[in-house]
This record gives sequence, C-alpha cells and structure tokens, in this order.
Amino acid sequence: MSAVTPEISLRPSGKLRRRRVVNRVMESIGTFAALLAVAVLVIVVTSVAVRAAPALSWDFFTEPPSLFGAEGGISSALIGSALIIGMATAMALPVGVLIAIYLTEFAPRRIAAGIQLVLDVLNGLPTIITGIFVFGLLVIGHGQSAYAGAVALAIVMLPLVSRAAQEVLLLVPSALREAGLALGVSRWRTVLGIILPTSFGGILTGTVLAVARAAGETAPLLFTCSIFRPDVSTDVTQALPNIPVLIFTYSEQPDPALHQQAWGAALVLMAFVLVASLSAKALLARSRRKLGG
Amino acid sequence: MAAALAAIVLLGAILWKVFDLAWPAIQEYGLGFITGETWDPVRKIFGALPFIYGTAVSSLIALVIATPLAIAIALWLSELAPRGVRGVVGSLVEMLAAIPSVVLGLWGILVLGPFLAAHLEPWLHEHLGFIPIFGVPTATGTGLFTAGLILTIMIVPIIASICRELFLQVPTELEEGALALGATRWEMVRGVILPATRSGIAAAIILGLGRALGEAIAVTQVIGGGTKISANIFGPADTLSSKIAASFQGAATSIEQSALLYLGAILLVIGLVTNFAAQVIVRRFDPLRGGR
Repeated sequence: MSAVTPEISLRPSGKLRRRRVVNRVMESIGTFAALLAVAVLVIVVTSVAVRAAPALSWDFFTEPPSLFGAEGGISSALIGSALIIGMATAMALPVGVLIAIYLTEFAPRRIAAGIQLVLDVLNGLPTIITGIFVFGLLVIGHGQSAYAGAVALAIVMLPLVSRAAQEVLLLVPSALREAGLALGVSRWRTVLGIILPTSFGGILTGTVLAVARAAGETAPLLFTCSIFRPDVSTDVTQALPNIPVLIFTYSEQPDPALHQQAWGAALVLMAFVLVASLSAKALLARSRRKLGG
Repeated sequence: MAAALAAIVLLGAILWKVFDLAWPAIQEYGLGFITGETWDPVRKIFGALPFIYGTAVSSLIALVIATPLAIAIALWLSELAPRGVRGVVGSLVEMLAAIPSVVLGLWGILVLGPFLAAHLEPWLHEHLGFIPIFGVPTATGTGLFTAGLILTIMIVPIIASICRELFLQVPTELEEGALALGATRWEMVRGVILPATRSGIAAAIILGLGRALGEAIAVTQVIGGGTKISANIFGPADTLSSKIAASFQGAATSIEQSALLYLGAILLVIGLVTNFAAQVIVRRFDPLRGGR
C-alpha cells in the first residue's frame, strides 16, 4: 500500500503525437479530395457556360444550322433529339416496368437473381457495343434512321428503368399487397389496381433519370443516326440531327465558329441533364419517404 | 413475364450480332489479330494490339488517379463531413457523373488539353523526362494522358458513390468500439472500415474500370488518334472503342469495317468479363451486409 504514483503525463507525446499527426494528415487528404471533385465540377460547368454564352441567342434555338459557318442554330437537332428520346422512352418504359413487376412480384428467387445479373451486365456494357448491335440489326440494308437510334437508346435505358421501377415496387407496403389478395383479387389485378398506382410517381422519376442519361449518350447514335441533313424534319425513318452527335462532330472540326456552336449545344444539353437528374432525385427522395414512412 | 426473358434474349442477341458482324475479319485474321501490331487499311493488314495497349494504359492512368481520390472522397462523405455539407457535396459529386461524356470530351479537347500542353506536360517532361513514359508532349495536348484524366473525372463519382454506400453500412458499433479503444479516426478507418469493405471496394473499382474501358466518345475526342505503340503517355494513341468511333464511318472496305467490328467483339468480351466479375463480387457481398 505504498504511495507509488506512476507519473502520468496528460500531454500527448511520442507515439501518440505521431498517431494524431497521421490522423490529421489523412483527414485533410479526404477533405482535399472532396473539394477537388467539387472544384472540377465547378470548373467544367463554368467553362462551358462562359464559352457558350456568346453563342446563345433566340436564333440559336429557333434556326436550323446553316451549311457554312456560324450562322444558324440548333433547332433541328433539338427537335431530332426530342423525337429520338421520346421514342426510346416509349420503348424502354413498358418493357422495363414489366420486367420489374415480374422480378418483384412473380419470379422465383433463383430466376430473379439470374435476370437481375443479366440486367446489371447489360447496364455496364460499353454503349458503343449497343450502337454496333443496332447498326447490324437495323441499319445494314436499311440505312440510318431516327428509329434505329431510338432502339439503341432504349437498350441503354432499359436496365436503368427496370432497376428504378424495382426499387419503388419493393417499397410498396406488403400490407397493401396482402389486402388485395385477401379480398380474393387475382395477383395480376392486384398489381394493376393497387401496386402500380401506388408506385406510379416513383417509376416516373426513375424514368426521368434514365432519360437524362440517354439524352447525353452519343456512342449508340454514332452508327445509327449520325449522317443527316441539317434542316428541320420530323421524319423518323430518316436519320435526324441530334444534339450529342452535333457536339461530337463540331468538336472534331478545326473551325472556331463550329466550336462556338458546340459549346452552346453542350450548355443546353448539360443544363437539361443536370436539371432533370437533380429534380428527379429530389422527387425520388420524397416519394421514398412517403412510402417508407 | 416474357419481358424478363426479353432481357436475356437481348444480351444474347447483342453477343451473336457483334460476332456475326465481325466474322469476316475473324475468319481472315484469326486470333493473330489480337497480337498484330500494324493497322494499315491500305495494305489490309489489321492488328488490335496498339488499341488494346491504348485501352489498358488510359484505363490504368484513370484507375491509378481515381481510386485513392474516390476512396478519400467516400471516407470524407461517410465519416468526416459535417451533416449539412454532406448531402450537398454528395449530390455535387453525383452531378459530376451526370455530365454527358460528349460535353466532357468537348471540354477536354478545347480546355483541358491545351492547358496540359501548355503547363503540366512540358514540366513533367523536363523534370522526369528520363522515365520513358514522360516523353515529348503533343502541341495540342491530345493524347493518352489527357484521355486518362478525362476518364478519371468520369469514374471518380462512380467509385466514390459505391464506396460511400459500403462505408455507411459498416456497423456503427464496430466503429465506435475502435474509437472507444483509443484509436484515432484514421486508425479506425484503416483497422475497421477498410478491411470490412475490401471486396466491395474491389468491385467498385472493377465497375469503374468497366466504364473506363468502354468509354468511346470522350476518349475519341481527346486521345488524338494513332496506331503505334509508344511508351510516351503524352503522345496520341487510340483505344478499342475510340478507334471504332473514329474510323467506322470512314472505313473504305468491308474488310476494314469488319476488322473494326472485331475490335468491338474484343471490347465486348472484355466488358462482359469485367462486369460479370464485379457483379459476382457485389452479389457475394450483398447478403452479408451488416452481418459480419
């Protein structure tokens, strides 16, 4: 019971100090990395915006491109893009939702896992491969068309739509499902009458996300819908001008006037994609809260 | 229910069609195509090696830069960031992934490329020029290195957002346990979080790699185009997908077109393998999440 009090220093020293320094260094690396990512985003967005500003005018949106120089605008490409994406959505949405319904409501576990794997692999496939596929399927012998481009984009969108729909369907409370079944309603009628209406909003926002992704896709269109006349047309059996291919071809040209046009089109495309995906994400978060709570 | 079958049929059809289109070249050049070093449309000699090399190097550059960055971002977002900032920065990083690749490519060719050519590349060449990879830069800044950087920008958000999800799923008790034992935050990350999520991180990296390997448009815009294998990462080159994108419309003969599609078939096989591997790892990991 002797009063030997070991000397305890409350100040960090030696090893502890080193550990703290290492910790501090690592923390600042993390912060720095996050700041860097945000900085890159800001730099890209502002440099596109700054360079695009001189190109933007009323005519830029309402005039078709002229054959020579910087006169004219991108109206025909806007219309073409809208048509192609519209058709792609019309193809991808029903199939995607059907797949999601099958996977969540009907499929045995094993099969569902297998199909899910296929969808995920499909999602990660280089989009230029999709382009080649549709080129071989629809373009050889028929020529390029907006229709072929839409099919290619639909293949890109399909896994995204079905994944989004699946997530929403899983959120539908099983009490609702069981209530329908308990009333003697058939499974299919339950899906149509109860589950789909409940998850409608979520599926819609998921689709908007897929549209935002498809709007910027260039590679699938390169082989299917890239050789076109610049004037305004709505004939979907012909190749139609579209924004991504326009940016791509103009960026490969040496002419600064065309670069100017490309910047303008890039700003329009980027604004559309960012606004669409941001608002869709906000909506998705809301509908998830509503269903989950 | 047939819709689900359609997805499988679709994948099969893609496989079949691409190989079908490439068949003339496959018959003509056989497997020697993969190791052939020349690409000469005039003499009809085609070899894929320069493009396989370009694909490998540009993706490697992207992975080397992107992986530590993305993991650091994910750690910051999941462990360090103040609550208010967290959501904002998280969605900003995701916005980076939403920028269309053609826009990034435009930015790469007109802004990033010239900037690199004027500042970074000459400096690296001057000071580290004795290492062969830092060779003579091109005047416009188009080349493998620029392509690698653009790819980095594209895959950082992908890897970061997957890793962030993983890190958030590490049980809080384990993290708190480590902290309670006196570990610093970094020691907790290194001792608890990283080991617990190792295979998930690997899958995230492979998914990022898959994206980098297949990206066609942005790479075509900034890589410059070249058919020689060179150690110089500042020189022009081509990847499998960028070669297809750049040359397909100008292909003069049907055998050249077919050879380009052979490149596509190689790309398809690589893409399938990487994706499949990543998905299998993710799946093995999934049911165990939160368990141990």
